[in-house]
Amino acid sequence: MTPSDCPEPAAATITPYPDGPLIVRGDFAVIAPDGRQIDAKRRTIALCRCGKSALIPFCDGTHKALGFRVDTHPTPVESAG
Amino acid sequence: MSDPYGRAALPEPRGPVSAMLREALRRAPHDLPAGPPVDFTGTDPLTDEDLQLTLFLCYELHYRGWQGVEDAWEWQPSLLAVRAIAERRFEEAIRRLAGSQPTVSPDDLPAALHRLTTDDEGPSLGEFLRRRGTLPQFREFLVHRSVYHLREADPHSWGIPRLGGPPKAALVEIQMDEYGNGQPHRMHAELFRTTIDRLGLDSRYGAHLDAVPAITLATNNAMSLFGLHRRLRGALVGHLAAFEMTSSLPNRRYGDALRRLGGDAAATRFFDEHVEADAVHEQIAVHDLCAGLVRQEPALTADVLFGAATVLALDDLFARHLLGAWAAGRSSLRSTASELVHLSAVVSSVPRAPVTARSS
Repeated sequence: MTPSDCPEPAAATITPYPDGPLIVRGDFAVIAPDGRQIDAKRRTIALCRCGKSALIPFCDGTHKALGFRVDTHPTPVESAG
Repeated sequence: MSDPYGRAALPEPRGPVSAMLREALRRAPHDLPAGPPVDFTGTDPLTDEDLQLTLFLCYELHYRGWQGVEDAWEWQPSLLAVRAIAERRFEEAIRRLAGSQPTVSPDDLPAALHRLTTDDEGPSLGEFLRRRGTLPQFREFLVHRSVYHLREADPHSWGIPRLGGPPKAALVEIQMDEYGNGQPHRMHAELFRTTIDRLGLDSRYGAHLDAVPAITLATNNAMSLFGLHRRLRGALVGHLAAFEMTSSLPNRRYGDALRRLGGDAAATRFFDEHVEADAVHEQIAVHDLCAGLVRQEPALTADVLFGAATVLALDDLFARHLLGAWAAGRSSLRSTASELVHLSAVVSSVPRAPVTARSS
């Protein structure tokens, strides 16, 4: 199957990478609890999943030093089309 | 003031082959003298100054070229023949250095890359600089790194037309960020120029080539070797992955080192940016680029690991060179007078904040 067989699923996508951060792509904004917009600075971002980043909400690679593990086996979603 | 992005001046020769080549490059393209076979005298290609400079002279013709050297030299057959001799020795040396890698299936490649980069127990340049590096040592470190960072990401861009489908999209996704997503002031090479400007170092492209030793040229030549040979595309993406995987944490240390030494936010931004950017790039490089490529071409799995191991092995030699020189009270550069004392070569249009070491 080639990528062109998989139409874009949404305006933005969130991908949990194995033992790593959540990678966000597409048309998104990062908003703080108080409503302020946080400058994401790039088109593809990594959100911290281990909770120990010094750059929360973004990943800074600390999870590797901690040996962070998560069992990520996202169930493939059946395409409606 | 000369174009800060333009061609560098031809470096001084470092032995008979680079001297012959440098002399020839100053004239119109012609066949190099067919005389005695090209002979590099160094026993280890990785520290052979003549061999590494010869390779660098040849490779730069594919990037921006040299001042006063005609463009047609890029594909001059007798020059390419000399380059091929140097490349054979160099590739053999890095394959020996990188060592044999375990045979893994394409599905196990991400785990293998992870093991390779976390088992690395080489000396930590970042930790040394963060704890007790001096300002002159930090500046030396930047001089070495300037050879790459002033053209940051360029060698891996050679891979783009060699890939198709998902791994191509992944490589472009990384490179877009490296090149500032269309905003020149966010290009990583530009952030680096700001950093070394702030530290009073010449930030013109290729400004410090005469100062850096063979091992520094070798780290750059490895990327050019992988980038310019399609057969080594697996090694090229493996190299990028290991680069990204071993970047976030060291860059935090480099940034902390420069803050301790009095660097302001503009000076440290290059390192701070890499902490965050490379945490993103690492995931894309491992899972989308490398794993994506070996899903298409399983036979490249071993080369991906070879490219990754090359980064670790050369970085290790590079760190040992710097730390060894500093431990012995020496400079890690070939010449310090022209590089570190001659600070006013470039007049920056940006007001330069004084960067001073704390007195402690």
